[in-house]
Amino acid sequence: MGHAHASGDNYINFAPGIKSWLTSLDHKRIGLMYMIAVMTFFALGGTMAILIRLQLFSPGAHLFSGPDYNKVMTYHGAIMVFFVIIPGIPAFLGNFFLPLHIGAKDVAFPRLNLMSWYVFMIGATLGLTTLFYGGVDTGWTFYTPYSIRTGTAVVSMVLAAFIMGMSSVLTGLNFIVTVHKLRAPGMTMGRMPLFVWAIYSTAILQVLATPVLAITLLLIAAERLIGIGIFDPNLGGDPVLFQHFFWFYSHPAVYIMILPAMGIISEVIVAFSRKTIFGYTAIAYSSLGIAAVSFFVWGHHMFVTGQSEVAGLVFSFITMLVGVPTAIKMFNWLATMYRGSIQFQSPMLYAMGFLFLFAIGGVTGIMLASVGLDVHFHDTYFVVAHFHYVMVGGSLMALMAGIYYWFPKMFGKMYNETTARISFVFTFIGFNVTFFPQFVLGAMGMPRRYADYLPPFESLNKISTVGSWLIATGFLISLYTIIRGLQSGAKAPANPWGAKTLEWTVASPPIHSNFDIDPIVTAGPYEYR
Amino acid sequence: MNWMMLFLKSAFAGHSFTPPQGTEIAVQYDNLYAFLLWASFFGCAILIGGMIFFAIKYRRKTNTDKTPYISHNTALEFLWSFIPLLIFLGAFVWGWYVYHNMRAIPENATEIHIFGKQWTWEFAYKSGKTSANEFWVPVNQPVKLIMTSRDVIHSFYIPAMRIKQDVVPGMYTALWFNAEKTGDYQIFCAEYCGAAHSQMMAKMHVVPVEEYEKWLQENDEGLTLAQKGQKLYNAKGCIACHSLDGSVKVGPSWKGLFGRKDRPIESGTVDADESYIRESILQPNAKIAKGFPSGVMPTFQGQLSEDQVMALIEFIKTLK
Repeated sequence: MGHAHASGDNYINFAPGIKSWLTSLDHKRIGLMYMIAVMTFFALGGTMAILIRLQLFSPGAHLFSGPDYNKVMTYHGAIMVFFVIIPGIPAFLGNFFLPLHIGAKDVAFPRLNLMSWYVFMIGATLGLTTLFYGGVDTGWTFYTPYSIRTGTAVVSMVLAAFIMGMSSVLTGLNFIVTVHKLRAPGMTMGRMPLFVWAIYSTAILQVLATPVLAITLLLIAAERLIGIGIFDPNLGGDPVLFQHFFWFYSHPAVYIMILPAMGIISEVIVAFSRKTIFGYTAIAYSSLGIAAVSFFVWGHHMFVTGQSEVAGLVFSFITMLVGVPTAIKMFNWLATMYRGSIQFQSPMLYAMGFLFLFAIGGVTGIMLASVGLDVHFHDTYFVVAHFHYVMVGGSLMALMAGIYYWFPKMFGKMYNETTARISFVFTFIGFNVTFFPQFVLGAMGMPRRYADYLPPFESLNKISTVGSWLIATGFLISLYTIIRGLQSGAKAPANPWGAKTLEWTVASPPIHSNFDIDPIVTAGPYEYR
Repeated sequence: MNWMMLFLKSAFAGHSFTPPQGTEIAVQYDNLYAFLLWASFFGCAILIGGMIFFAIKYRRKTNTDKTPYISHNTALEFLWSFIPLLIFLGAFVWGWYVYHNMRAIPENATEIHIFGKQWTWEFAYKSGKTSANEFWVPVNQPVKLIMTSRDVIHSFYIPAMRIKQDVVPGMYTALWFNAEKTGDYQIFCAEYCGAAHSQMMAKMHVVPVEEYEKWLQENDEGLTLAQKGQKLYNAKGCIACHSLDGSVKVGPSWKGLFGRKDRPIESGTVDADESYIRESILQPNAKIAKGFPSGVMPTFQGQLSEDQVMALIEFIKTLK
């Protein structure tokens, strides 16, 4: 660890030059390095999304041929899942605020933390190089035996996902140890902010689930390179086995994406209602509950693959049980707002947008969990709409809430509240215009991953495409707001929102070692008395 | 296009925006869907309405507002865990009921075999008759589809029957339905399967039993070679990627293909004669037409007889 006040008076001007950033062991700097990487990849994945919607503006596959569309669709999914949403909140905001939240000077293994970033970047770079030699057209799910037989750069992409998974495991491990070993005196588990509980639950999932994906992806690479015949029926393999392996990771991964988002929502709603959280214990334990149960629901992705009726029933039942802790959280946030003193700054607007969209994503999730109902909806645009309501409406809205909420702390400057609110209006309305019609398209029977479609689906697809332009406008306004705030924002006070968690007790931006005096905690995180 | 009109007309007419109800299970399905739509609507009304109501009622009035310290309320928390649980379990049991009916195949069902293949649906009937990309079933009789794939995973999806089942290489899966109305119905491939996934569609003709029996007895006698080729063009799925009117789909159009002396390929030009077309069908990657990617078209080696290849070539010759 360095010394506070070594050169500058905060972590940003603590040491000058690009090299000091690239070799920094400071969790805050590493968090920002993740931010830059994730924002870049988000721009790329978002561009793919716009291209997808342009292709589907009208029937006739007028922009891309089938094979090219399939690549665009694959990169959109793979980039958004593996490059953006999975690392997005934990590795960026989690890295920055987990130590501050528990009163620590850094994470438990700062060197490992920096290494995680480099491992992530190596994986991401390898994944993107495939754009230049053939691309990948398997969809982000790499379903066998298609992924074994297609002539594209599948091996590089699965290795990239493998490497990024390694980074995810290391980050999760780091966070688990940090939470257990580095809490400040008096910071019992029961006094940790809910964001920490969420990141902690996520870290458990990252460590336990990711290795299964890693093995599965290696098996694909081995099958393509040396033909070992695990998944390819021509070699005596079982293609459905792949789906079991894949979803055993990728369903928990859904919660890797949403739990941290829920953590941010808890923080933001409390701060802008200026009221203690309702049901702290219920929210904290529901995070762990969701994490635990999420390991046993993977089969709900496979209701129509040919698994037995009994398996379908068991997975449908367990999936319904995941709905309960999620409903508990929603009601707790609502009860937190009850008799609060609510202020509509942009983080709160984004958090309320989250509640709105996540409610719709949640109830449609129950529809899909009902096994009979899923049969018609499976692999249609109904599913596409559902998971975008959860992933974009949930994770990304929460990420934006978190970025605006912590912007003053991270950079010591205020952003322009007006443009931030305008960004919310565009993003929120655009999101609904884009994805709500997709529920109807799915109910009508439009399958997903179609480069072209029948004329009856045209009008709703047109509406959806127009919505994508509104979303893009919203994010561009956010980018403008962030850049303007960094350039010329007014100096931020230590605690602009009047929040109670520990990060707001230190200067904005924080000093290199976070705390001048090691904090001693004597009460819970949300003491609005 | 009668089948498409049917799809279009009733797509918006039925409640919940689902396709026309072609069978009893579709009615059961739509009832469950309607129930969950209403339950969801009320759930969202409570959550979103409550949020908006609280946001307005409890908006910040002064900067020194005091808020009450409410940590929890066991009775309320029990209620909002237990009531959703009951609704979720209701959705589970009802979904189970519908699913069980989808899976309980009647013993007396007429069996039809289906092969999924990039990017064609092939159908085989007990009489020995085969068809592709369209098939015939008798009305008001249970029909069982026994399905497998020749290459990657596909998924056989009949929206009007609300049923779907993955078609997996190396194993058989099954579907059943009892079509209650004659007419034409749309079939999609719902599992991503590559270049022409979105063209992998089929039509299902639900016809009276006599018509079905009559159709089963029809055969190809009396057709010219080119007419047989045209049937193969539809039946073997060439139609998914190759147009007849000059428009470019996944592969090059067949219009004006035959007889060109200087057809551009990746390595120069080729004389588009019978040998070239035969080679392109059986070894698609040997000479790739200029501007098209290699490795997209699957080989038809072993899947077409010499007679059938010849019939296809004769058909292509007619496309000036």
